[in-house]
Amino acid sequence: MAIDTGTGTEPSEPTAAIPAGQLQGLPLAGAGGGGIAGARSLRRMGRAITSNRKATVGTALLVLFILVGLFPGVIAHDNPQAEIYPRSLSPSAQHWLGTTSFGQDMFAQVVWGTRPVLLIAFGVGILATVVAMLIGVAAAYLGGTWDGVLNVITDVLLVIPLFPLLIIIGSYLHGAGTAVMIAVIAATSWSYTARQLRSQALSLRNRDFLNAAKVRGERPLYIICVEIIPTMTSLLVAAFLTNALYAVLFSSSLQFIGLGNPSVTSWGTMLYWAENNEAFQTGLPLWIIVPGLCIVALGAGFALLNYAFDEIGNPALRPVRSMRRARVQRAR
Amino acid sequence: MRFVLRRVAFFLLTLWVALTLNFALPRMMPGNPALAIIGKFKSGISPQAVKVLEAQFGIETHQNIVAQYFSYLGNVATLRFGTSLTTQPGASVGRIVLDAIPWTLGLVGVTTVLAFILGTGIGIVAAWRRGGRLDGLMPPIFVIMTVIPYFWIGLVLILVFGVKLKLLPYFFTYNFSMTPGFNLAFIGNVAEHAILPAFTLLITTIGIWILTMRNTMITTLAEDYVRMARAKGLPNHRIMLDYAARNAILPNLTGFAMSLGFVVGGAILIEEVFNYQGVGYLLLQAVGNDDYPLMQALFLLITVAVLLAILISDLVTAVLDPRTRGAT
Repeated sequence: MAIDTGTGTEPSEPTAAIPAGQLQGLPLAGAGGGGIAGARSLRRMGRAITSNRKATVGTALLVLFILVGLFPGVIAHDNPQAEIYPRSLSPSAQHWLGTTSFGQDMFAQVVWGTRPVLLIAFGVGILATVVAMLIGVAAAYLGGTWDGVLNVITDVLLVIPLFPLLIIIGSYLHGAGTAVMIAVIAATSWSYTARQLRSQALSLRNRDFLNAAKVRGERPLYIICVEIIPTMTSLLVAAFLTNALYAVLFSSSLQFIGLGNPSVTSWGTMLYWAENNEAFQTGLPLWIIVPGLCIVALGAGFALLNYAFDEIGNPALRPVRSMRRARVQRAR
Repeated sequence: MRFVLRRVAFFLLTLWVALTLNFALPRMMPGNPALAIIGKFKSGISPQAVKVLEAQFGIETHQNIVAQYFSYLGNVATLRFGTSLTTQPGASVGRIVLDAIPWTLGLVGVTTVLAFILGTGIGIVAAWRRGGRLDGLMPPIFVIMTVIPYFWIGLVLILVFGVKLKLLPYFFTYNFSMTPGFNLAFIGNVAEHAILPAFTLLITTIGIWILTMRNTMITTLAEDYVRMARAKGLPNHRIMLDYAARNAILPNLTGFAMSLGFVVGGAILIEEVFNYQGVGYLLLQAVGNDDYPLMQALFLLITVAVLLAILISDLVTAVLDPRTRGAT
């Protein structure tokens, strides 16, 4: 659940905020060898992005933020940290969002603040998904004692409340930079997706193409990497989206309460400084509203994409309208 | 019975992991940060409390780490958590925590129950009127709702209802100029201070109940027994409530049992934003002041609440849904 983490949305909640990919329903696996199934499911995903409105919106949001994160200098010419302007200016043609009570250009802060958030989102998304994949697939493939041990580790991590744990770790670390933040969040948040990947891998265990590979005498590592993992592409994407979303919310929340590195410009630290300088009471509401909206928009990008894939995998959830459309298409 | 034993064993295992994390984390950090802080504030503490802290953080003690670990476990088992260093110097950690708990239970507990009831109800109606205008709009809205940081919604509500409209108070649990007592004026004041944080919590948590209920119920609505009920000509509200909703509510019920565990630590940031002096606010106070003994006790409290709730929800599910008893 929720994510919220709170971020508020406390991600360790049982009911995950996003119905993270129940994509097992996708008939990807049976379709012959590994590599082909992987490419096919990627193509299927590409088609999904253009045909499902939620997926289109989610993708557009992500692409927008990635472009801003890659080329912040093109959009905002100011140094986000430089305290060179009059303090607490209202929005104007020079300063689209005004200036902070330190005299920094707020628009430049929002634009440059995109990069650290994206780094954390993608860093944790990839790292946690890889850990989840290794542990989930290893548990399912090896079975027996290994499965039992890895399962218990996953379950224990799953039930320990993550956000309080991150707060405790953050307080010992005193100002975690981007890299530390990625490491800590990834190390603690992989368990939810590991569960899902394990059950997918379990369902594959006795498929013919795996048995064929075993009979051919392939090594376990080869079977895991070439035969099993490509059939889980869609599930891995869902896991990535889930983990990236949690990372955005967790890291922003930690930065907001001052457990990030306050000299890094990012949305969460902007909120920290704004709250510390009583932005509302001093007539600078944009200092809080804009970075918050950015967090919501980026999070919505990940969540909408994930929800859309979920709908594709589980037709029962689709809006009735599009079901009718699908039926019409099939009739043609 | 085997199922129950296994769940209890898992509970004990996770409890042990949480305790061990509490013990190991400060020792794993570069330079054991607890050392400096405790060294600085030790003079104001009773020798008895110092002993507890020595085992907990491994400072100035001549015991080896194994002995420290066991005396730490012993202290926790007898509820000796030591003394607050900076937040309320010299006060017993247990006392401070006990003072904060009722505020959190009142605010978050009531709101959690409310969110569950409202959310489940809306979810039932949404699934029943599937394809209606309400239903088409809701999923995307609630997907977005669930990604909004709690604390930011709180801040926006403060801006609108507190700073701009000046309708509601947004700081503290009650007006500190009043004397706490069992009278209408004081209770009214407490309620007034709880409205904004409660509303924040409600709108951020209700979405998940609606979504889960709606999605499960859509699956049940396609079942044959629902079709059978329609064929029998039963009234709609009976099909909706007794046939579809009743069979779809299980995930929400287990989720509810679990979310009760998150009541204690689930609104850390909301309490922080509203300066609402509950457990979460206290935790962040402790973190901000490097008050490690208080911080560790709170983390333990939050974790134990969650673990207990999960154990209870497992047992409830086993009673309500016989199919789960065989599964792991």
